[in-house]
Amino acid sequence: MSSDNTNTPQTTQEARMGEGVDSRFNSTLREAFGSSPFILTKFDKFMNWVRGSSMFMLQFGIACCSIEMMHTYGVKHDLDRFGAGVPRASPRQADVIIVPGTIVSKFAPRMKRVYDQMPEPKFVVGMGSCTISGGPFQEGYNVIKGAEEVIPVDIHVPGCPPRPEALVYGVAKLQERIANGESAPVTVSPYELEQFGDLDDDELVQHLADQIDEDELVMRYDWAESPSQ
Amino acid sequence: MSLEEPSTPELDTGETLEGVDYDALESLLGEYAIGRESHVNAEAFVVRPDEVQAALELLRDEAGFDHCSCVTAQEYEDRYESIYHLRKYDDPTQEVGVVVPTTKDDPVSESANEVYRTADWHEREAYDLVGIEYDDHPDLRRILLPETWQGHPLSLDYDQEQPQVVEFAEHANPLREDHAADAQSDTMFLNIGPHHPATHGVLHLKTTLDGETVADVESDIGYLHRCEEQICQNGTYRHQIMPYPDRWDYISAGILNEWAYARAAEDMADIDVPEYAQVIRTMSAEMCRIASHMLAVATFALDIYGDFTAIFMYAMRDREVMQNLLEDLTGQRLMFNYLRLGGVAWDLPEPREEFFEQTRDFLDELPGKLEEFHDMITSNEIFQLRCVNTGVLDPETAKSYGATGPVARGSGVDYDIRRDDPYGYYDELDWDVVTEDGCDNYSRVLVRMREVEESAKIIEQCVDLLEEWPEDERNIQSNVPRTLKPDADTEIYRSVEGAKGELGIYMRADGTDKPARFKIRSPCFSNLQTLPEMSQGEYIPDLIASLGSLDIVLGEVDR
Ligand code: SF4
Repeated sequence: MSSDNTNTPQTTQEARMGEGVDSRFNSTLREAFGSSPFILTKFDKFMNWVRGSSMFMLQFGIACCSIEMMHTYGVKHDLDRFGAGVPRASPRQADVIIVPGTIVSKFAPRMKRVYDQMPEPKFVVGMGSCTISGGPFQEGYNVIKGAEEVIPVDIHVPGCPPRPEALVYGVAKLQERIANGESAPVTVSPYELEQFGDLDDDELVQHLADQIDEDELVMRYDWAESPSQ
Repeated sequence: MSLEEPSTPELDTGETLEGVDYDALESLLGEYAIGRESHVNAEAFVVRPDEVQAALELLRDEAGFDHCSCVTAQEYEDRYESIYHLRKYDDPTQEVGVVVPTTKDDPVSESANEVYRTADWHEREAYDLVGIEYDDHPDLRRILLPETWQGHPLSLDYDQEQPQVVEFAEHANPLREDHAADAQSDTMFLNIGPHHPATHGVLHLKTTLDGETVADVESDIGYLHRCEEQICQNGTYRHQIMPYPDRWDYISAGILNEWAYARAAEDMADIDVPEYAQVIRTMSAEMCRIASHMLAVATFALDIYGDFTAIFMYAMRDREVMQNLLEDLTGQRLMFNYLRLGGVAWDLPEPREEFFEQTRDFLDELPGKLEEFHDMITSNEIFQLRCVNTGVLDPETAKSYGATGPVARGSGVDYDIRRDDPYGYYDELDWDVVTEDGCDNYSRVLVRMREVEESAKIIEQCVDLLEEWPEDERNIQSNVPRTLKPDADTEIYRSVEGAKGELGIYMRADGTDKPARFKIRSPCFSNLQTLPEMSQGEYIPDLIASLGSLDIVLGEVDR
């Protein structure tokens, strides 16, 4: 950018900012733009960048991994450095849910409910082996074999428990992906869809489908058929 | 009960100066005792299923067994069995078991709820997992598994492959009923959890409010029931069980829990532990206790002040130091898996001097840090307003619910297994059991903070000992057979002082290298049971404070 007013000591930037705005409003980012107050970008790109740069986490603890998650939020590791460390207690204010622990049959529907309450777009970080496959408790009669049986997971952080550094890395990776507009097309289908989903849409199927009351959906844990068994 | 005043020299029936006189107990029980068994820890009397209450009442009132520490249920080929493990708060080395067999086709026995309130939840668990039913039980429902569960998973013929159904409707909106309820109703139903910042995990409290006061509160647990007992029953004694205790009480209390298993298995199979290893165990266990109590204080402050404030961050900072030390020692930050049957996994990290120096540094800084905590918490007026005289739990109630650990000690019950039933190196060291008489939330926090100091004392003495230990006597592991097969039908109940209280393990061997029954007596399970007693009639914020001061960890409540 060329300066058109070389005689005055004022910089172009200052001139454009006008009177009354003091330098406190200047940011590193503003400075990086140089004299031009405009940027040209795609709106989607911009939104993705914004999204990835400021994520609100759900304050959500399940099991042992949540202790390391607290350490990740706490001093020393301080996830907030990366713009992703404000735990919100309400799912309606959160963008990201870190699933830190073992999911059992009694908790799975509740977790799904919490997930459903989060506004779109929402992201899931699976923390620990338990959310991958049931981890050390995989053989338990009551243990869901991975978070993906209940909700879709964007990033898996393996470990039992993962070190805070690993979780930071996982979250940073997620931010990177979000900023790039990549999203993992993971879907979790309820039991009924899994059972009837691939049938031809004939009369009988229609009839059966009509019988499904969405409010009465059933979660069925078929331990023998579980994918990770 | 003469036991209330330890100063009275008179002994209970069946008590001698050396311990329990089981013959006297047998004659006390008279015809209630239809048999007698020998467990490793104590003798046990067999009682008819319809005379449980009478027998237990006798033992409690006449013989002074005021602590029902655990109820174990199990199924044999030919019968069901419930075992009540009784002890005395004054002297936990005095133990007796009450075995109640029931037939296969009609597994019903009398509930002990009338005698020991703690039996309430224990029996519900027995019903849930094993399938024994209890007569006269106030509320015999499933406790850990969903209501819709098919079968009893720890019974012999359970089919783990069968699909289980959990209806959405059941979990959909627990408030719906309340909304639909009579608009004239005076009370309001408030649902806290299972996802709620104040419940320290996945606990569900069904609260009935009358205005701002709590009319009733019922804890709904089981959201983290990870089948720990089943998994331990499927693991071999020697190596496969040890990683799991770390995950019961996962707030850095790993080594304390591992010790519970190590102690039970070592006593069962008669394994010695070298003295040097005992000192290391003692030191590392107390490190865990400090880390655990720090988090308890941090989250309690979080509950009281309602945000991630300085106290939380300070505690995190100090825990990081502790975790670094433990990582140097064990190789992991949280799931240590450091103890082995007959010793520990490896010696102190080299260079030893550096480890000692770092430990000493921490201990030197600790008083100053605790001072900061006291400035911000215990001497803070707002905090005192919230905690003094709220959540009162009187000692008798605490005992009847089987409360242990800081919860009991905060109610003036002087009960600490480290001192009363010594293990490890504790009885050689100089430290005190902390008790407070306030019985309220404040006392419980104070007990924890003061216990940190005592633990620091213990660690310091251990470091001194380890530093001087002659190099050629640093034996960390005794000889233990590769496969451990305790004799069939050996039964043992052993406990240690975990971070939250008496952590006990019951094991029965069947001659193979895996336990036939593995039962965990979790302190939090019993402590959490006292919540309604503490919070009924109090304001709802006090309920939250009481819950925080109980310092439960759901991994241990649900197991
Ligand atoms: S992965 Fe390991 S540490 Fe994490 S919740 Fe599961 S058992 Fe606990």
